[in-house]
Amino acid sequence: MATETTTHTPTGQPARSAGGAPAKHVARVRVPARSLRSELRAIRVVWKRELIRFSRDRLRILTSLIQPFLFLFVLGTGIATLAKAGTHGVNFKTFIYPGVLCMAVMFTAMFSAASIVWDREFGFLREMMVAPVRRSSIVLGKVAGGATVAAFQGLIVIAIAGLVDIPYNLGLIAELFGLSLLVAFAITAFGVMFAARINQMQSFMALMQMVVMPMFFLSGAMFSVANLPQWLAVLNRLDPLTYAVEPMRRAIFSHIDVSPAARQALDPGITWFGWRVPTPLEVAVIAILGLIMLSVAIWEFSRAE
Amino acid sequence: MWTATPEPEQALAMSTDLSHPTTDHRANGGAPPDAGGSPDAGGTPDAGRTPAVMVDGLVKRYGELEAVRGIDFAVQGGETFGFLGPNGAGKSTTISMLCTLVQPSAGSARVAGHDVVRERDEVRRNIGLVFQDTTLDGYLSAEQNLRLHAELYGMPRGAVPERMRQVMEMVGLWERRASLVMTFSGGMKRRLEIARGLLHSPRVLFLDEPTVGLDPQTRSSIWNYISELKRDEDITIFLTTHYMDEAEYCDRIAIMDRGTIVALDTPEALKASVGTDRVQIQTEDDEAAIAALAERFAIEATVAEGAVTFGVPAGEQFVPRLFAELGQEIRSVNVSRPSLDDVFMSYTGTTIRDAEESGDTDRRRNMARMMSR
Repeated sequence: MATETTTHTPTGQPARSAGGAPAKHVARVRVPARSLRSELRAIRVVWKRELIRFSRDRLRILTSLIQPFLFLFVLGTGIATLAKAGTHGVNFKTFIYPGVLCMAVMFTAMFSAASIVWDREFGFLREMMVAPVRRSSIVLGKVAGGATVAAFQGLIVIAIAGLVDIPYNLGLIAELFGLSLLVAFAITAFGVMFAARINQMQSFMALMQMVVMPMFFLSGAMFSVANLPQWLAVLNRLDPLTYAVEPMRRAIFSHIDVSPAARQALDPGITWFGWRVPTPLEVAVIAILGLIMLSVAIWEFSRAE
Repeated sequence: MWTATPEPEQALAMSTDLSHPTTDHRANGGAPPDAGGSPDAGGTPDAGRTPAVMVDGLVKRYGELEAVRGIDFAVQGGETFGFLGPNGAGKSTTISMLCTLVQPSAGSARVAGHDVVRERDEVRRNIGLVFQDTTLDGYLSAEQNLRLHAELYGMPRGAVPERMRQVMEMVGLWERRASLVMTFSGGMKRRLEIARGLLHSPRVLFLDEPTVGLDPQTRSSIWNYISELKRDEDITIFLTTHYMDEAEYCDRIAIMDRGTIVALDTPEALKASVGTDRVQIQTEDDEAAIAALAERFAIEATVAEGAVTFGVPAGEQFVPRLFAELGQEIRSVNVSRPSLDDVFMSYTGTTIRDAEESGDTDRRRNMARMMSR
C-alpha cells in the first residue's frame, strides 16, 4: 500500500495561524483505494470497538451474570430436592448447567446486537455507514465483536463449573467453549439481523424478551427431552438452542460418572421422527442457521440508503 | 479574514449593469457573473480544474413529497460555498445526496470528480462530513474516536499519529485527547467532529448546520478554525445554514426555498441585487407618515416593529430629502443595508424566520421526520 505523504505549504507567503505563529507544514494523506486489506482493517476496528465498550462496561458484565446464576444456584438448588428421584443420582445443577451457560451467552450476544440500535439512536452508526467500507465489513465486525464478548462472558460461567460438580477437564472445557462461541455467533447474527430494521431500543428490548426466554425454556435446558408431550416435543425440535444445549450436556455427561439409567432419562439425544441426530449435525444446524442470519443481516444493512 | 468586498456604490452600480442580477443559478462550472466581486478562491487558480462539486438537475422525492425539485450548480475548488434557507427547504436533503447518504431520485451530482451514485466509495474517501447531530461514540476517548475513523477510512498507518495531532491541535483538543467524549461540551464535540472530518485530508468538507445549538462564543471560535483551515489546507467547504451571519462567511451562497435554488451569487452581489436599503422612521403619527410617503414619494410603507418601514435605493441619500419633504416630524431614522434576509424576502416574499413558521409547516414537519429516519 503506497504511503503517499506529501507536505504542502499554503500558497505564497507563510500564513499565520490564530496565535500569530507561522503556519505548520500540513501533512496531507491520501486514502488508498479499497482493498481486501482495508476491509479487514475496518472489520478489525469495529470488532475492537466492541471489546473496548464491553471492557468499559463493568456493570453490564456483572448484571448479565445475575440471571444465569439465579437459575443455576437458586432455582437449581431449590428444585434439586424435588427432582432427586428423576435425575438418578445426577446433580440437578449439573443437569441445567448447559442451559445456563447458553443463557449467559445469549444475553450478552443480544446486548451487543442491541448496541447497533443504540448507535443508530445516538448517531454513531452514521459514522460507520458513511465510511468508504462495505456494509458487510461493518456487520462482520459487529458480529465478530458480539460473539467474542459473549463467548468471554460464557468463559466466566465455565470458570465456575467446578461449583456444580463438573471437572475441569481441558477437553471438556474446549468443547464447552467452542459450543458457546458458536451460540454466541448465531445469536449475535440473529440480533444484528433484527437490529437492521429496528429503530428504537424499547422495541429491541421487547424483542429480546419475546425471543430469548422462550428459546431458553423450549430448549430442554431445564428438563429432559425424553417423553415430552407431542406439542412440546415439536417446539423443542424447532428451537435452535436445543441443538446447542444437547451437545453440551452430552459432553459434560461423558466426563462425569453417569449411570445408564440416568443417561437414558436425562440425555437421550435429539430425535427427528425417531432418528437420533448425531452431534456433528447438531453443531452444523447452529452454524448454518448462524450463517443464514448473518447473510440476511448483511443484506439488510446493504439495502439501507 | 474574509475576502474584500466591493464598495457599496460599486455594488449598486454592478447590480444595475445586469438585467437579471442573480437568478441565473445555472452557473455550471462558471464563475459568478459579477466578476468584479469574485473572491480569491483560496489562492489556488481554479481555471481548468474540475469543479469540486457539480450538480445537474438533482431531484429527490419521498413518495408524494418532492424535497428537492431539480437544482443545478457548481462549486469550484477552494471555495466556501453555502446553502442558505429555512428549515425544510431541502438543504439537508441536498447535502445528504452529495455525501452519498441518500440516493437521488433523478439528476446527477459529481463530488471531488466522482459520481455520487456510481462511484460512491471514491466520493466518500474524498469528503469529510460534520453532521447536525453528534456522531461520536461517547464511550470512547477523543483519540479513540479519531483512530476508529482513521481505520475505517484506511488511512496509511504511518501518517495517522502526526495527522491526528495536527487536526486536534487545530481545534484545540489535543490536551483532552484521552478524555471520554461524553465528558465534552456541545462545542467541544462539534470541534472534535470537525477534526475528525478533516483527518483523512478530504478535498471537500461538508458541514450541515455546523453551529446550530451552540453559544455565540463557540460559534465564532468554530468559524475561526474554519478560516484557518482555508488558509492551511487546499480544501473546499460546503455548508448549509439558516443563520444569515454564517452565510456571510461564504464566497458564494445559494438561497434555497421549497426544494429549489432561488438565487446563487456572492453575498455582496445578492444584497446589492435587492437594490434598496431599509429605512425605518419613528414618527408621532404613523398613519399620516405612510400616507405622506405614498403621496409625495410614491413609496409604499408598512409598520414593522413599531416603526414605519420602507425600502428605497440609496437610503442614505434619501434621508435628507425625507426630512425636507415629508412635512411631518420625524423622531428618529434608521437606514440599514440589505441583509440576506432581505434578499430572501425579495425572492420568496417572506423572511427566513417566517418561512420556517409558515403554513408549510406540515410539509416541513414531514420532511424533518423523514430525514431523521
